[in-house]
Amino acid sequence: MIPISWVFLLSLSLFVIGLFGVLARRNLLFILISLELMLNAVVILFIAASRYHSASMANSDGQIMYLLILTLAASEIAVGLSLVVHMYRQHHHLDIDKLNKLRD
Amino acid sequence: MTDYSSLLALVPLLPLFSALILLFSKLPKLWISIFAVGSVASVALISLFLNVIFWQQSDFVLTSSLGTWINLAQLNINFGLYLDPLSLVMITIVSGVGALIHLYSTGFMYQDSDFKRYFTYLNLFISAMLFLVLADNLLLLYLGWEGVGLCSYLLIGFWYQDRKNNLAANKAFLMTRIGDTAMAIGLFLLFTQLGTLDIQEIQIKAHAVWSLTNDNNNNTMASLCCLLLLGGAVGKSAQLPLQNWLPDAMAGPTPVSALIHAATMVTAGIYLIARNSQLFQLAPDVLYLVALIGTFTLLLGASAAMVQTDLKRILAYSTISQLGYMFLALGVGAGASAVFHLMTHAFFKALLFLAAGALIYSLHHEHNIFKMGGLLKKLPVVAVSFAIGCAALASLPFTAGFFSKELILAQVIASGHSGLWWAAILGAFFTAFYSARLFFVVFLGPTQLSPNAKPTKSMSLALVILSVLSLFGGIHPEGLKNLMPQLDTDGLSTLQHWLPILLPFIAISLAWWLFKTKRFGKPVPTFMQGVHQLVKSGWAFDHLYQTIFVSPFKYLCQVNKGDFIDLFYRLIEKTSGRLHMAFSQFQNGQLRRYNASLVIFCILAFAWFIRGELML
Amino acid sequence: MTLFILLLMPLLGGLLAWYSERFDAGLPKKIALLSLLLCWLPLIPLLSSMPFDASSLPRSQWLIDESYPWIPFFNINAHLALDGLSLLLILLTLLMGLVALSSAWHEITKRTGLFYLNLLWTLAGVLGVFLAIDLFLFFVFWEVMLVPMYFLISIWGYEQRHYAAVKFFIFTQAGGLLMLISLCALVGIHYQQTGILTFDYLILIQNPISGDLAFWVALGFTIAFLVKLPALPFHSWLADAHTQAPTAASIILAAVLLKTGGYGIIRFVLPLFPQASIQLAPFMMLLGVIGIIYGAMMAFVQTDLKRLVAYSSVSHMGFVLLGCFAFNIYALQGAVMQMLAHGISTSALFVLVGMIQHRYHTRDLNELGGLWLNLPKLSAFGLFFGIASLGMPGLGNFVAEFLILIGSFAQYPKLTILAASGLILAAVYSLLLIYKTFFGQTKRPHDSKIADTNTKEWCTLISMCFILIYLGLHPQPFFDLVPITLMKLSFIADDIGALL
Repeated sequence: MIPISWVFLLSLSLFVIGLFGVLARRNLLFILISLELMLNAVVILFIAASRYHSASMANSDGQIMYLLILTLAASEIAVGLSLVVHMYRQHHHLDIDKLNKLRD
Repeated sequence: MTDYSSLLALVPLLPLFSALILLFSKLPKLWISIFAVGSVASVALISLFLNVIFWQQSDFVLTSSLGTWINLAQLNINFGLYLDPLSLVMITIVSGVGALIHLYSTGFMYQDSDFKRYFTYLNLFISAMLFLVLADNLLLLYLGWEGVGLCSYLLIGFWYQDRKNNLAANKAFLMTRIGDTAMAIGLFLLFTQLGTLDIQEIQIKAHAVWSLTNDNNNNTMASLCCLLLLGGAVGKSAQLPLQNWLPDAMAGPTPVSALIHAATMVTAGIYLIARNSQLFQLAPDVLYLVALIGTFTLLLGASAAMVQTDLKRILAYSTISQLGYMFLALGVGAGASAVFHLMTHAFFKALLFLAAGALIYSLHHEHNIFKMGGLLKKLPVVAVSFAIGCAALASLPFTAGFFSKELILAQVIASGHSGLWWAAILGAFFTAFYSARLFFVVFLGPTQLSPNAKPTKSMSLALVILSVLSLFGGIHPEGLKNLMPQLDTDGLSTLQHWLPILLPFIAISLAWWLFKTKRFGKPVPTFMQGVHQLVKSGWAFDHLYQTIFVSPFKYLCQVNKGDFIDLFYRLIEKTSGRLHMAFSQFQNGQLRRYNASLVIFCILAFAWFIRGELML
Repeated sequence: MTLFILLLMPLLGGLLAWYSERFDAGLPKKIALLSLLLCWLPLIPLLSSMPFDASSLPRSQWLIDESYPWIPFFNINAHLALDGLSLLLILLTLLMGLVALSSAWHEITKRTGLFYLNLLWTLAGVLGVFLAIDLFLFFVFWEVMLVPMYFLISIWGYEQRHYAAVKFFIFTQAGGLLMLISLCALVGIHYQQTGILTFDYLILIQNPISGDLAFWVALGFTIAFLVKLPALPFHSWLADAHTQAPTAASIILAAVLLKTGGYGIIRFVLPLFPQASIQLAPFMMLLGVIGIIYGAMMAFVQTDLKRLVAYSSVSHMGFVLLGCFAFNIYALQGAVMQMLAHGISTSALFVLVGMIQHRYHTRDLNELGGLWLNLPKLSAFGLFFGIASLGMPGLGNFVAEFLILIGSFAQYPKLTILAASGLILAAVYSLLLIYKTFFGQTKRPHDSKIADTNTKEWCTLISMCFILIYLGLHPQPFFDLVPITLMKLSFIADDIGALL
């Protein structure tokens, strides 16, 4: 069996990559993708934790969380993507540094 | 007596109504003159009538009330008028001289486009002055007191387009206001101590309260009250240290100078002290101070008058000096002779000013005496009346000024203050000297300017009447002597008797010699120049006050123009502004900045929570 | 219902004026005038049944007293009541409302409906403040009068209106917050001490709260009122607000809004906290004296005519503060009189400044001068009100200042002497105002289009002159009307003659 710390490391690196993407990318689409990445990092952690805590599969909280997050991610991406498409139609770009109409 | 009461009520009200009519109506000049002169002349007639009625009685009292003013708990103040011999003398002077000056003004001001405004102010002044002298309580007196101050301010700045006039008016108002404020505080003190502001009650209660509590004749509280009232008197009557507004006040039209700044308003201070003479008796120290102030002022005024070149300024300094004589008389306890001198001074000084006005009127508004000369033949009426005025001022024997000044000098000696007497003698010498100098320079010698206008009939009439009064107004002082207790003047030595009589002649001879040798108007020798300048500027009081009070005050105000208290609030505003700028960096509308701040604060929060673990 | 009708009239009139703008831009001002005139109606029976005469006044303090339950859970009532003091101030408010209307008549041209809505609502708030006897209701009205005033300044003001409006709002809001806290504390402490939960002034006054906290509660109330008065060091909003506000708003501010501070002190602080206010008195009187002198000195150096008048208000209201805390009948009557007289004389000066600004498009003292030559009537009025503000005997301001000083002299002679120096300083700035504006040479060629006062302006100003003269020469009816003796005020020495 793989030590749990490896899974932690994987999850952490995925999360950081996602975080970096959210902070550094300017394209809204890539930010959404990075968000997904971060969600997946958490998901992996959940599954690993669930497995680690009970070998007998009696405690399946982590896996249920996985299902929940998956649903959430799907709906989120559905709304998000449709917004992105709409925005692209309006502004013909997806640069968030320029999308700051609510600033003042 | 009731009939006379309503007559008395008319005295201050008639000029007031006339002023109101003038204020709200559009009348031709003739009607303005009729209303203005008529109202004051009828007051003069009323006061003459009252004089006739009370001819024989020496201690009559006539009162009249025009209604309630303030009635709160202990403070009961009516618009009450109070006529006794003292106020009768005053209203006679005010209305009589006032009527003549009104008459004169109809000629003097006829060309002025603001004829109506002038007479409105002048009538208002007479009304306020009559309220002042007739008031039965100090608050009503204060109303008149401020009222005359206001009218004086308005009339000094009558020709408002010239900034100099306005500045002179402001100065006059502010300097008298300083005195007035002292007087107001005096009112507060009197009320808190005695519980009344009624003048007669104050005299009685003051004696009841203050002479009992103290044996050594010098009650602090009484002295304080008198000192504060004296502050008001000093301001109004242009005495030291508030004397230097009067020469500048000459910026007003000349009849105004005659009426307000010579005959009536400036004597209000003397009246105030005379009115409260019983109160002042409780404070011998203050009375001595009054005498000292009078002495110093009369020397200051007389010395400054000797070196002036402006016709009206000479007369102004002379007024200051003559008022000093009255203060001196009050201070040595000779109130009656002060009032007597007040009356004769009103006659001859009004005459001098009116004659000076006629000169100025005829000579293109020229004020410098050294540009005049040889006017004796050109303007005989003016010259003769001016001569009579100068003679009375110099107190040549048998003029009105002679009797009153002799009386004052005799009383000073009788009171035992020989030092003050010598000072007063010196002042008399100065007075005679500058009167003679003034007359010689203006009317004798070569002609320089020739007059382009003759005084009108109304002006000449006023001059003639005042000349007669200045000559014979001092003949019958017996009634006046009864006003207040007099000092016994029997034991005068020969010197004390003859010196005051001879002195004017010596001074006039000296002036004649200097005039004949053409020393007047010549530049002063260099070693004397500093002194000359000092004396000419009225002993540099203007400069002194400018340095001590005005400049620091202006500087202080100017420094604080931005309101330093507001700085505190601005600091708060600035700080919160800065904080706003700092915090808004985290959410400046850029999505990535929001994210970053979110992450940073999450990490910080995480670090905060686990700091306990890390410490271990 | 009388008092509620009185309050509703401007509120409804304001709404109607706002709505009517869409039909005709000239309509709102007429509606405003009508509703202000209608406000006098409820008072007519009162005024006619009461010839200003001491003997006919009722023996109880309140002339009208109306109460309806509002929030019964907290025992809060809509309780309005009127006594002589509030009657005087209401008359002043209605009168100055008319004056403000007169000055706004031609001056305000943009968004007239909204303007008159705000104007009337401010007046309604002020009326409510003078009438409310339930402390909670009082607080509501206290806030109601601020918001419309904020809009008046920030929409129709001059160059720096936003800054001034925000400053005004923050200062008064901070004061209001302090009052709310103190109010809750007062009610809470009263509940603890007596077991009665009430916001009603008439009940609170029966058992004044005691203890250390009472001092702090009193201080909170006092500061809230000081901000409004304004006294040092809370005065700095006034200069900006006055300078930037449109003339009508300046008039309302000077004539009535400032008076709510003095009214609050006399009505609430003194009777509700008898102990604490005596403790506070020396400090408050000192603040008053400093305000008198400081305001006068600030007025002296201003070059903006409106700022000068604004700082002179600070100086004059210092006298009110001095009078309120002197604890005797003279000073208190003087303080009330000062509120009335200052309301009229200062708002008249603002009317004049508005007229000058309208004609010459400047308020700078250095650019004005020599107005008398071309506008003699206007200048004569300027002279009159300038003289009034320096306290000339015969006008209301003198009676007020004299009474305040004579009253406070009994307690604090030294402070009073300092305050009396304000009489000199008042002369300094008033004369400066007259000198710089009306006298001297005119600085610009005369434009024949600039006319002297028209009939409307003349009538407005002359009636204010007459009121001031009436106050100055016959103040007795006003003294009789103010029920000082019935107001449960404690006098330190209510009888000066007793010092003998």
